[in-house]
Amino acid sequence: MGDIGHVGQTGRVADGLRAYRLIVAMWIKSTMAYRASFVMTTVGNFAATALDFVAILLMFSRVDALGGYTLPEIAFLYGLSGVAFGLADLAIGSMDRLGRRVRDGTLDTLLVRPVPVLAQVAADRFGLRRLGRVAQGALVLGYALATLDIDWTPQKVLLMPVMLLSGAAIFCAVFVAGAAFQFVAQDASEVQNAFTYGGTTLLQYPPTVFGKELVRGVTFVLPLAFVNWLPASYILGRPYPLDLPQWVAFTPPLVAVACCALAGLAWRAGLKTYRSTGS
Amino acid sequence: MGTGRLYAAVAVGGFRRYATYRAATAAGVFTNTVFGLILVYTYLALWDERPQLGGYDQAQAVTYVWLGQALLSTLAIGGGGFETELMERIRTGDVAIDLYRPADLQLWWLAGDLGRALFQLLGRGVLPFAFGALVFDVALPSDPATWGAFLVAVLLGMVVSFGIRYLVALSAFWLLDGTGVAQMAWLLSFFCSGMLLPLNVFPGVLGEIVRALPWSSMLQAPADVLLGQADPLGTFLFQGAWAVALLAAGRLVQSAATRRVVVQGG
Repeated sequence: MGDIGHVGQTGRVADGLRAYRLIVAMWIKSTMAYRASFVMTTVGNFAATALDFVAILLMFSRVDALGGYTLPEIAFLYGLSGVAFGLADLAIGSMDRLGRRVRDGTLDTLLVRPVPVLAQVAADRFGLRRLGRVAQGALVLGYALATLDIDWTPQKVLLMPVMLLSGAAIFCAVFVAGAAFQFVAQDASEVQNAFTYGGTTLLQYPPTVFGKELVRGVTFVLPLAFVNWLPASYILGRPYPLDLPQWVAFTPPLVAVACCALAGLAWRAGLKTYRSTGS
Repeated sequence: MGTGRLYAAVAVGGFRRYATYRAATAAGVFTNTVFGLILVYTYLALWDERPQLGGYDQAQAVTYVWLGQALLSTLAIGGGGFETELMERIRTGDVAIDLYRPADLQLWWLAGDLGRALFQLLGRGVLPFAFGALVFDVALPSDPATWGAFLVAVLLGMVVSFGIRYLVALSAFWLLDGTGVAQMAWLLSFFCSGMLLPLNVFPGVLGEIVRALPWSSMLQAPADVLLGQADPLGTFLFQGAWAVALLAAGRLVQSAATRRVVVQGG
């Protein structure tokens, strides 16, 4: 029995991923029908994201360090946070529209289709323009890597892609948990912005800037610190403000898996509470 | 019904319309508070490095952060005002109904937007600000006259913000889809209003330019009045001049636009 259940589960995940791919392909096709509009919104997305880095540049026009970190070091944190969050936002960022679907009853349409609801909601209105955000983060990360004098070891090189993918997965978990919350909160979709956009903004700055309680909170409660702060501290050879052993820098994949599992449970619980508007 | 009463009714309508969404308002308060919290720490680090940067001490810089969070939605600095709705009405042709009304188009939307702004100030602004004032060391005036002057500056900031967004919305008469323009306008106001960073921190000539632009009436001007960094009368004059200029420009564009209005379909 257990075996069959296991096969069923993986089959469901594969089904979901396939459906996600198909829906995403459809949205990309529809986006490309208006190419000029796509280019403009992507540039807009890039510019809106770049504004955060402009703020940092303006700060550094007046100071040489912030929280003991230099501009290239902060650019490193910024780029990592930007790419990880950008990938999550690109993949499932439209999930914050779920509250609207709950309110106007269009979620019912998704429930009757023979495809996992999570896959449909995640791919809903897939916005390729969000590549603008990923590109902006990557550009800043490139600048940081070019200017920083990092003592590269094989572990550090390996940690880079691992950290980016784990970070994206952690942010995906935040998006899914936020969407699950919207089953209950409906109108309050803005709350999740505090954790998604707020989270990526927080991680753009070094941990030394923030209060100890806040750093503890995002390390042990909502583990955003594993997106970049902890692994980047290891790569930069800087002490983390909390007393943690060095191997913690290599745990982001485990944290990401745990986060995704918890978010999946939250999603199921949220979906169970769904009552259609009936109209 | 007198004209004054008509627009007052529209303003009350704008206020009540936004007051309906309680959960959304609570969510906004929460989000503004979290962002305020993040920004406060970055500002503290900045002022730690350069005390008296831009003429502010640390407490003033902290106050500035919470003012920004309190006024962000009030002044629709990152969008969220009437402009998307008006652009949609222009695109669909519904604006013809607005033009039919025995009311002035500009004053109608101004009244509605002021009602919205007032609600956002009370509903979304007060709580994050109070949180910031309780948790952090802030610089607040004890003199009621300064608070009064601050509120006047906020009101003028609302009018300037409306004036800019009205021009943005009217661009839809020519472009039909004004989404791109609106997005650029929000970015510009984020940068030039002092929301991104206080304008007195901007370096050199760039600082002088942004401080002379109308957007500085929105966040920087009321903040400097509250923090005692600017002379209230001079500030009112600056804001008032920009408000009049922008509203007049709005009138001109409006008359040019309505002369060429083509209502689609029907």
